[in-house]
Amino acid sequence: MIEAKKFQQAYNYGFIDESTKKEIRRKMLKAVAIPGYQVPYSSPEMPISRGWGTGGLHATLSLIGPDDTFKIIDQGSDASVNACNLRNFVKRMTGCKTTFDTADATIVQTRHRIPEEVLTDKQIIVFQVPQPEILRGVERFEFKTRQMHAEADYAKMWVSLYESYVKFGAIMRGAGYPVKVNGRYIMTPSPIPRWDVPNLSHSDTLHVFAAGREKRIHCVPPHTLVEPLEFEDVKFMVEKFEGIRCSVTGEGDAFMDEIYEADGGRKHVINDSNFLDKLKLGGRPNQRLFVNPS
Amino acid sequence: MGYVAIKGGEDAIDNASRLVEYERLKSESPPLTIEQVKTQFRAGIDRIMGEGSLYAPEHAALALKQVEGCTLEGAFMLRAYRATLKRSYYSTILDTRSMRVERRISSAFREIPGGQILGPTRDYTVRLLNTDLASETFGSVKSFLEDIDSELQLSDEEAPRSFCKVVDMLKEQGILRPVDEDEEEEKRRVVDVTREAIKFPAPRSAALQMLARAETGGIAALAYSSMRGFGSAHPTIGELRVGHVGVSVRDRRGRSRYIGRIRVTECEIVSKLKQKGKSSVPYMSLGYGLCFGHNETKAIGMGILDRSMRVADEHPANSQEFVLYHTEGIESYGFTNHLKLPHYVTFQSGLDNLRNAMKRRDEEDRNAGAKKPKTMLNTQSQELADASPELL
Repeated sequence: MIEAKKFQQAYNYGFIDESTKKEIRRKMLKAVAIPGYQVPYSSPEMPISRGWGTGGLHATLSLIGPDDTFKIIDQGSDASVNACNLRNFVKRMTGCKTTFDTADATIVQTRHRIPEEVLTDKQIIVFQVPQPEILRGVERFEFKTRQMHAEADYAKMWVSLYESYVKFGAIMRGAGYPVKVNGRYIMTPSPIPRWDVPNLSHSDTLHVFAAGREKRIHCVPPHTLVEPLEFEDVKFMVEKFEGIRCSVTGEGDAFMDEIYEADGGRKHVINDSNFLDKLKLGGRPNQRLFVNPS
Repeated sequence: MGYVAIKGGEDAIDNASRLVEYERLKSESPPLTIEQVKTQFRAGIDRIMGEGSLYAPEHAALALKQVEGCTLEGAFMLRAYRATLKRSYYSTILDTRSMRVERRISSAFREIPGGQILGPTRDYTVRLLNTDLASETFGSVKSFLEDIDSELQLSDEEAPRSFCKVVDMLKEQGILRPVDEDEEEEKRRVVDVTREAIKFPAPRSAALQMLARAETGGIAALAYSSMRGFGSAHPTIGELRVGHVGVSVRDRRGRSRYIGRIRVTECEIVSKLKQKGKSSVPYMSLGYGLCFGHNETKAIGMGILDRSMRVADEHPANSQEFVLYHTEGIESYGFTNHLKLPHYVTFQSGLDNLRNAMKRRDEEDRNAGAKKPKTMLNTQSQELADASPELL
């Protein structure tokens, strides 16, 4: 009898048990209350590999309910194999609706992009974070970086940016550009391109950053100031796509993928798959575009 | 666009998983039963139960069968399954003094009370392929078992229920001191690393839990490093024992309830502790290892690392953070393999930096009117690549 009941429902709603979900939500609330601060959390094992979006799943599955509409992208694309796999899993575990349409989604999980289309206060965006500790590059020990954050001692970080400028003539940070949140904590925006970084600031949306392997959650609440680190005379710059047009739509002003063709030629296509689809249909969704200082 | 933006992502996943199942079955050899895997791949089962941190031989056998024998993947499946199970009780402290010992050795003394018991081990066999196994039959298995049975001389004497511990003798003499006699309350707290993210410096209970769940190969590598040259001590095995211990929980009314037994390997390493003051007398300190199943390499390595992590020194095995984070098999396995995920957005962002830097350099060269040799530019590119480590 007991056995029969045991296998009737293989897993709890949303896979994770309720008490752990509650714990994760509490840690998220703490992270919202202290923008940019990395909150340690239990991070239970998931049936997908560590480093493949377990943190994102923790956040998504502890937030999601049957009325939610879920969208997931990987490197900007809804159709990426890992995004498909995670979408199927979330759908199977929750019975939620899924969508490719950015505007329709109530929860957007993403790996390394923010959609081009402006997100609203009805949406939550969950980032998959490989390395939550932005200071790891300048200080390898966790117990020291925690202390540095506590004391707002970011001298090593500033020096590394300065050294990069002296050596190479620019701040050579690609994706995952360091930002200061609410004038206090320096955090990683996860490896999103610089193109997306300005969209974190004073957005209408709640941003949840979850790193499963490293067991940390940090948040940027709506309407919070997020400043990329820069010097008075050396400014933060987004990727330049000067004179580059999308080979499918002919449009510009979006993050582009560089595609090499069999004959050695090179072309560009808009990275955000849903944005591209909407352009093809004729409308251009609202965007927040950042203009590089000249 | 390769394997990314194809709209057939879902079909591709589906076909890939069918194809890997096909690989498992295509030879049409007789299917392995769970019983066969459980009983004949004892070492593999024990290993993944330990690394998966779930004592469940049937589930481990199923996992090992499903993943075609890969211990990393097998341990991962058990961990994922474990995470879905309700946590009803914490067991009371295991009493390894009352272990039903199958094997017990000490390399610190020639003879020990209760005797050295070699037990089941391949230690003193020559590692030659046994070609007879290629033609093993039910008959040959049966006659082997009958031989064993006929040689057994059952006596009425009761087997010893427990063996005293070698380390207890050293403790009585004051040569070996307890590890945490002078540690404060927080460090003695028993934490559950699966419910609470580890923080450093971690209490010993957390460190030992992490090591007990760590990957055997990772443990062996770091323990070996500390013995070979990146560490000081050559440790001595005070006692290594393998056997079954009973597990009990306390019910709501506070009564102890026996819930079953598990096989474990326990290792106690003794080595001299460096003294800070000149005048103080040196003493021995303990390194402790305990893991599920029969896995001596892991228990010994664990003992060495438990010991080395408590010594302040510059070597990798002396750093708690270094050891605990990097021996965690499920995490290192996952992250190493995540490199197979597409990274073209992050890569593009890095490319943008490199191109801008090259452009700046070309402009500088043009302005200076000087032509620098091309090799210089190449070196510079390498440096630039090193400067963009965030391509995660």
